[in-house]
Amino acid sequence: MKTVSKVGVAHYSALPIRSGIAIQIKNDAIALFKVTSGEVFALEDRSPHPKGGVLSEGLVSGKFVYCPVYDWKISLEDGQVQAPDQGQVKTYEVSVENDKVYITI
Amino acid sequence: MAKEKLVMIGNGMAGVRAIEEIIKIDPNRYDITIFGKEPHPNYNRIQLSTVLQGDTTVEDIILNDWKWYEDNRIKLFTGEAIVEVDTKNKIVVSNNARQVSYDKLIFATGSSPFIVPVEGVDKQGITGFRDINDCETMIKYAEDHQNAVVIGGGLLGLEAAKGLKNLGMKVSVVHLMSHLMERQLDATAAEMLKQELQQQGINFLMEKQTVEILGDDHVTGLRFKDGSETEADLIVMAVGIVPNKELASNASIPVNRGIVVNDYMETEIEGIYAIGECAEHRGIAYGLVAPLYEQAKVLAKRMVGVETEPYEGSISGTQLKVAGIDLYSAGEIEGDGATKAIRVHNEFENVYKKVLIRDNKVVGSVLYGETAESTRLFRMLTQQEDVSQMTSLSILQPAGEAEESDVASMPDDELVCGCNGVTKGTIVEAIHAQNLTTVSEVGGCTNAGRSCGRCKPMISQILEHTLGDSFDGAAQKEAVCGCTTLSRDEVVAEIKEKGLTNIREVMNVLGWKNEEGCSKCRPALNYYLGMIYADYKDERESRLVNEKMHANIQKDGTYSVIPRMYGGVTSAEDLKKLADVATKYNVPLVKLTGGQRIGLYGIKKEDLTSIWEELDMPSGYAYGKTLRTVKTCVGQRFCRYGTQDSMGLGMELEKKFERLDTPHKFKMGVSACPRNCAESGIKDIGIVGIDGGWEIYVAGNGGTDLRAGDLLYTVKTKEEVIEVSSAFLQYYRETGNYLERTSKWVERLGLDHIKKVLEDKVACQGLIERLNKTLERYNEPWKEAIENDEIKDKYYSRYQADLVTN
Ligand SMILES: Cc1cc2nc3c(=O)[nH]c(=O)nc-3n(C[C@H](O)[C@H](O)[C@H](O)COP(=O)(O)OP(=O)(O)OC[C@H]3O[C@@H](n4cnc5c(N)ncnc54)[C@H](O)[C@@H]3O)c2cc1C
Repeated sequence: MKTVSKVGVAHYSALPIRSGIAIQIKNDAIALFKVTSGEVFALEDRSPHPKGGVLSEGLVSGKFVYCPVYDWKISLEDGQVQAPDQGQVKTYEVSVENDKVYITI
Repeated sequence: MAKEKLVMIGNGMAGVRAIEEIIKIDPNRYDITIFGKEPHPNYNRIQLSTVLQGDTTVEDIILNDWKWYEDNRIKLFTGEAIVEVDTKNKIVVSNNARQVSYDKLIFATGSSPFIVPVEGVDKQGITGFRDINDCETMIKYAEDHQNAVVIGGGLLGLEAAKGLKNLGMKVSVVHLMSHLMERQLDATAAEMLKQELQQQGINFLMEKQTVEILGDDHVTGLRFKDGSETEADLIVMAVGIVPNKELASNASIPVNRGIVVNDYMETEIEGIYAIGECAEHRGIAYGLVAPLYEQAKVLAKRMVGVETEPYEGSISGTQLKVAGIDLYSAGEIEGDGATKAIRVHNEFENVYKKVLIRDNKVVGSVLYGETAESTRLFRMLTQQEDVSQMTSLSILQPAGEAEESDVASMPDDELVCGCNGVTKGTIVEAIHAQNLTTVSEVGGCTNAGRSCGRCKPMISQILEHTLGDSFDGAAQKEAVCGCTTLSRDEVVAEIKEKGLTNIREVMNVLGWKNEEGCSKCRPALNYYLGMIYADYKDERESRLVNEKMHANIQKDGTYSVIPRMYGGVTSAEDLKKLADVATKYNVPLVKLTGGQRIGLYGIKKEDLTSIWEELDMPSGYAYGKTLRTVKTCVGQRFCRYGTQDSMGLGMELEKKFERLDTPHKFKMGVSACPRNCAESGIKDIGIVGIDGGWEIYVAGNGGTDLRAGDLLYTVKTKEEVIEVSSAFLQYYRETGNYLERTSKWVERLGLDHIKKVLEDKVACQGLIERLNKTLERYNEPWKEAIENDEIKDKYYSRYQADLVTN
């Protein structure tokens, strides 16, 4: 059975805006992004490009991140790769309580 | 063997296109002669509307200039009409009594405005709207006359009306039917259009039939069937066109409404063809260029003996070329019992869309106010796509997509340029195959955008999208990126003029489409701002990964570390440090780079700062759009050939210019003698020592566009080398497009131009001062990362989180 856990990963106020951070939770490499509007998103830190790469270093614009190596544009909200490229990145649920950011894995 | 003689009557859009197509396939096949009644080379008739509306000039709409005819050895007689065709002796005769014999003859005589046969049509002050002469007549009338009446509320009439209005006349449109453009619009769309045009100041007289034109010699007004009258100083007839077929029928070539042709544009007489508006194919004489251009292709192939599909008729969409009006129509307009309509009518925003569907297929569409879907609907229409699986909303808008119609999601077979029948696929292919970077280049290669011009914005999006993959290509396109329509020069000018100081401000003030830009414009704007303001505060979040991290990301997410070795000169001490670090961190690869230094590859992000600290060497900026290295040879100090101290100069240059932001990476080299061991001939600036001086080469490139450098100057002293290099670098910084290498930049600006700037003492001094001022702003980035915890935390740590369940 798969258990769902909520992991505290960072302080909300300490998160840099428009610059992803890389988080390791056991075997999961996660990229966490705080965007200009203040929302926080968590994605698997792996480019969906067949050659891989991380996402946490990508350029953030609005609710999108550009894959740093292959320049694919990826939605932070649903992990969808934007046309003309195709693919999907796993997303994680994020919640913020009392300045603490939690990721559900 | 003498070539066959091809004569064409008519020097207009369809005919000349057919000639272009022939020449494309076989330039030497025919000895070509063209007769044109008008005194001009072939021009874009469609754009007469824009000429009249004041948006372009006659010169701008020439499609094939005189030189084109010369270059292709075409004999052209302009201002000369053919008045007789002798099919028996195969001779044409012009109004100047010139006789030319032919083996093959093409009729491309177009059509003429239909002049309503009412009493008084022989008076002065009546014109059609067909050619440059008509346009000039209208423009002249507008100078000293008040009232214009356009008879006919179709495409042509409305475009004429708008033009006359822009010329300052009072304009009324007389229309026989109850709604405008009844062949293209339904009543709802027509009403919206009418209201819009009324707001633009045009008056409408609907359901009026003209029965008489009033006046003595010159028109003064019109009388209608219902007895009412209206004043007029100028009357434009725009009720329709009639194919110019008399010449053919006089020569006993079968005609009907037009000159009758088969599916290969052949008339019934061998060796005689007809194309364009004068031709009638399967009962239809077309009046838009798209079908005519299809005909041109078939005709050309036929005439050079290449196998071709037959021409089987066309469906084409129409739009109105009036500023502020967005309208599109194709296929059926009014439904019948078997059609179902999807209708969207947003009265608030003045948008109306109707799509007619029969048997699960789109059979027609009318769009008003917003036409982004037109190409997609047109594809559904022509390809008879089954839409039964689609929701009505998705028919109007592709699934999962926002409002904007995205060229990215557009299928390759979708028509972009309706006039010339050019698909997205063809454009993309041409961009790749021929390295096209501008809309006009695409037009030159594919004809797309060369007619009505409506698709130009879309072509520019496709260019952008296609070139987006290749960084270098992206530098040369017109707009900075898809977030704006402004070009690099426009953006830079606006920044200076409005005093914009940061990226956010630029995007806000200049109306960026995406609030935070994209991976193209963010780094570019960051560069431009830094170029304009010597004390600009760099926005690290707008740098792409390598520059943001001051390390080169590798495909597995690890980084490389390449410290400076000024001039390629190192020491035992530095080598030891490198070796120690490589051992300690288990560095998977240690390699000499192309730039004469040592790189450590495969480093984890979280090890970067400690490695930098242990190395205690400055960043080599091997990742940046900046000076990479100054390659040197051993030179005078050791080499028996060396005439100059190349290492010394190389190190000095590297120390002076390191860290400076440039439009693209920048490489230098210094050789001590013309044997040129430092390969100065393929560097952005390459210096070669000679007896008593230095040669300075620029714009060399050893990469993708292999290019030998051009000799800029030969100077005597090291100081002069530094001065010239400084000025050259700064001029490149100030005028280069972001991501444009010097090789491209020099070709774009011209070496002579650059020399002229550098030779202007005041300008040159200014460049050097601005460069030196800019150089003051840089800090050593590795040191900064080591010493500043905030930076270290933000960019160089990997967070570990414990798996604790709440
Ligand atoms: C104002 C205006 C706006 C238009 N807008 C659009 C549009 O938006 N989209 C679209 O698809 N189409 C548009 N059209 C229609 C388009 O311009 C025509 O379909 C196209 O020009 C037809 O090409 P053609 O070669 O058949 O005729 P033309 O271009 O008319 O060329 C025929 C030429 O033959 C010459 N000629 C005739 N008889 C003789 C003779 N005996 N000897 C020598 N020369 C002769 C004529 O003087 C003329 O120059 C527009 C037309 C006009 C006038």
